[in-house]
Formats: sequence, structure tokens, C-alpha cells
Amino acid sequence: MSHDPDLIVELQRQAKQVRQMVVEMIAAAGSGHPGGGLSAVEILTVLYHHVLQVDPARPDWPDRDRFVLSKGHGAAGWYAALCTRGYFPREWLGRFRQIGGKLVGHPDMRKAPGVDMSSGSLGQGLSAAIGMALAARYHAKDYRSYVLLGDGEIQEGQIWEAAMAAPHFQLDNLTAILDLNGVQLDGNVADIMPIDPVVDKWQAFGWHTIECADGHDIEQLLTAFDAAQAVKSRPAIIIAHTVKGKGVSFMEHQATWHGVSDPDRLPAALEEVTRL
Amino acid sequence: MMTFEKIAMRDAFAQAAIEALEAGVDLMVLDSDVSKSTRSTVFGKAHPERFLNVGIAEANMLGIAAGLASAGMTPVVNSFAMLLALRSLDQLRQSIAYPRLNVKVMGHYAGYSAGPEGPSHHAIEDIGIMRSIPNMTVLVPSDAAEAHQAFMAAVQFDGPVYLRLARNPAPAVSSHREQFVIGQGYELRAGVDLTIVGTGVMVARALEATDRLAASGVSARVVAMPSIKPLDAAIIERAARETGGIVTAEEHNIYGGLGSAVAEVLGETVPAPMQRVGIRDCYAESGEWFELLDQYGLSVDAIVAAALQVMERKDQVGVTR
Repeated sequence: MSHDPDLIVELQRQAKQVRQMVVEMIAAAGSGHPGGGLSAVEILTVLYHHVLQVDPARPDWPDRDRFVLSKGHGAAGWYAALCTRGYFPREWLGRFRQIGGKLVGHPDMRKAPGVDMSSGSLGQGLSAAIGMALAARYHAKDYRSYVLLGDGEIQEGQIWEAAMAAPHFQLDNLTAILDLNGVQLDGNVADIMPIDPVVDKWQAFGWHTIECADGHDIEQLLTAFDAAQAVKSRPAIIIAHTVKGKGVSFMEHQATWHGVSDPDRLPAALEEVTRL
Repeated sequence: MMTFEKIAMRDAFAQAAIEALEAGVDLMVLDSDVSKSTRSTVFGKAHPERFLNVGIAEANMLGIAAGLASAGMTPVVNSFAMLLALRSLDQLRQSIAYPRLNVKVMGHYAGYSAGPEGPSHHAIEDIGIMRSIPNMTVLVPSDAAEAHQAFMAAVQFDGPVYLRLARNPAPAVSSHREQFVIGQGYELRAGVDLTIVGTGVMVARALEATDRLAASGVSARVVAMPSIKPLDAAIIERAARETGGIVTAEEHNIYGGLGSAVAEVLGETVPAPMQRVGIRDCYAESGEWFELLDQYGLSVDAIVAAALQVMERKDQVGVTR
């Protein structure tokens, strides 16, 4: 399946913008979660600039597609994607994580337009997305629900309660994306508490699994989302291999940059992503 | 003697849920494999398309409810009170209370009403926990008629509500009231010497205690407090001002519940001698519901004793009405 080359170029351009914004926001705040925001940049860009049927002018449009950032610490990535899609002015980004601002450290659905669910305490977003998908069914609406999970996050037990439920309810209007960046706060996922064989696990729970070998490759992501939408009578999960801290050389693959380990290096990070 | 309701709170709830859906509320009833106990199965049989059993997975149930509510539905989650207050508390806080989503949380088998199941199934901490969560409304009906009314009030209110229900039929104390108003307490009996503020099944016991007290020449007012949060501070303040002494009675640990809530009001308005009747910070044992109430400090005698203590303290501090 090939996609329009112009679309791919445009999405690459948007992704570059989103990546810059993520680092800008965190640099302005002096704190935040660069690693898991940067690993999800292309996923969020493809969602907001191509996949999701949404209208920034009407963030509460009842028929919109839903998106839940279950890994709520990736908030900077979500806010940047929402901003580039036109949900709010760029100036808001400068108040990320600051008092009086609307962009709370972890997403608050009552503050930022476009945020469909509050998150932050890990492991809860998949359940909420199931609720949204069920509501679409009860209301006979054809909107779809999407949820982005972190790979460390799926160590939470509630994820597997939800993983068991979604195929039972035959929710083919639900797509999960796993941001498989291999790193969590305290170190490598494989060392802290391994999740492998992760694809087999989701299959065993009844999900249609779609592996995306490079979760930063726009075309691969487009193909994966197309495949997810075509699945019938069960939910799909896109398992996207990504790089934690993608785009900033000294942050890539580093657990120390799950959060901001050294604020003095943020200007250098900003310079790197601006040069990209 | 008290007359007992013929039906239990849980049956009243199931009936109310059916009525609410049929009246047009966009209801969705969820249960976590205890639907025969909670009676949500009665609703499920009447409206299977609006009923969802998620299995033994309370955390997931609360999260699903959050998603349903975010899309405009009114989900009603059912489980044992101790599970909802404790096991899925983080989900309630993060996904429901913080975003102020319209989920109704039905805490069944509350207090000691799970009786012989033992302390693992008793809920004696739930009021304190729920009360401490911003955006939560906390309702504790005292009988089946009030449970029915409280449910209707809860689904008409936009926001998260915790509704605490006992397992078995309880003495009827509320059925003469026209409607249930969130945030309102009710004077059930006039009195001038002190006021007993009760909630849940302890309202009936408070009424019994007043009969006993009257025989000793003490005129006790009884206030029923089915709305723990928001609390009817005005009725407490008035009681303190007019009767000069307060006894609280609740089927809950002594910390964090009705007694604490009333003490907070008194401390900031009209300080008055006060005694709390409640569980003395311990776990109980197996036993029938009312046996446990009697054994663990929630007897009519205990309320009478607390009232007499308040009268004594009023004398000591020279409280005059």
C-alpha cells in the first residue's frame, strides 16, 4: 500500500514542528518528560494531521474521533500535536506546567481543548477508551477511539483487565498504539520488568496486532493505521518500535532523560531539534 | 417498635435504575461479577442492552465508566463498598473525580451489612475516603425508600456521586418525605436538650434512643443526615445553638466519617460538647448485621450512653441553652 508522497512530506514537516515544540515547552518549563514525548512525535502527528476525524474549532463535537494519552507524561507531545492542528495558540506552550496555564503537567480534560481524557496515573487510559468505544456503539455513532500506551505502562495490572475486555466486547472501533521505546523511568523495560513476548501477549488476549518496525517512519505508520481501521469484530493494537528521546542525540535510549536530568542541557537539545 | 421495609436498599436501587432509564436518563449499568448480590442483574434482565458485566475487574470498570461518561452517558458502577472505596480508588480519583465525570458509584454491602462474610467484606472506611476526594458527592440513605429517592437525585445531578447501600432490609424511617435533596439534613424528631445526628441504619437506632432518653427526662432532637457531602452545616449549627450538645451515630470507623464532618462544622461555628458513636478503630468478625452493630459500639444503649455523657459535659462546661 503506498501513500501520496506529498502527504508524507507534509506529515514529516509537521512532525519536525511538533518535535521542536516538545523541546521548546520543556525548556521553557525547565521540567517535564522529554523521552516519552519525543518517542511519540510521529505517532501523534500522523493521528492529528491525518487519521483522526476531529475539528479544532469544535473540540466537543460529539461525533469526533477520540484520543486518550494513557501515558500521560507524554503530555508535551500531545499538546504540541494539538497546537499544530490548531486547537490553541502557540503562546500557550510557553505556560506548560506553569501556574495559571492551561497545559497542566499531565493532561487535564477540563483545561486544554482537544484533551478527551485526563491522565497521569498510569494504566487507566485503555479502560477509558473502551468506555468511549462502547458509548459510540450505544449511541449508534461511527466515531473511533484511539489510545496511546507506554511500554513501561503496560506493567500496570489494569491494562490487562482492559486488554481482556475489549476483544470480548468486539470493539473494532478501538485502536491502541503501543509506544515501544524500551525505556522506563528507572531503566530499560527489559531489566526492570520485561514485557516480552509483547506481541504474543496481545494476540493471546484476542487483539489483532500490527507491528510497525519504525514508529518514526510516517509511511509505515500510515500503513499501520489503515490496517487497524480495516479490522473487523475485534480491537487492533499497533506495536510501534520507537526510540526514547528521539531527535536529541544525548537523550536517545537514555532512562536519565525520562524526566529532565540536567536542565542546563536543554538549550543544546533545542538547538539539535531546530537543526533537524 | 420500628417497622421494617419489605425490600432492601439494593432492590430499591435496581427498581430506581429501571425507572430512571425508562424516564429517559442515558443510563449504563456496570457490574463486576457481583450483580446477583447488588441486584444490578434485575436491571440487566429488564434492559440487557444497557447492562455490562466486566468480570472481576473493578479498576477497569471505573475506567470504562469514565469513558462512557466522557461521551455523555450516565454510568452506574456496582460492587461491594469496600472494593469501590479502596481497590479502585485511584481510578475513581484520576479518571472520574478529577475530571468531574458523571459517574454514579454504588457501594453495596456497606458498613457491617455483609455480616458473616467478615471484616474483609465490611466497609467501615468508605465514607471518610470518599469525603476526602474533591468533586465527590457522598450520600448515605437510611432505608429503601430513601435509597430510591437518593438514586433518582444522584442521576439528576451532573457529577460523580458515591451512594452507600446496606445489604438487608432496614427499619423504615424516611418514607414520609416528599423528595430527596442533596445537601439537606432532616429533623425527624423535635428535642431541646441535645441533638443526635445519624446516618444510614443508625438513624433508626437514634430514634429508638430518644424514646429511652425521654424516659430519663432528656429531650433529644434527631437529625437524619443522608447527605454527608455536601453536608447540611446549617442544620448542625442550629442544633448546636438550640440544644447545646451533639451526638453523632454512624456505621463507620470513628475517623473520617459523619462524626468527623460534624465536628469540623462545630469547631468552625458553634463549638458544643459532642460524642461520636461509631466503630472504635478496629476490624470486627463474622456475625449477623445487627449483632455486629450491637457488639461493636453501635447499639441503642451506646447512643443513650453517649447522650448522657453529652448532658454531663454540658453541665460541666455550663452550657445553657
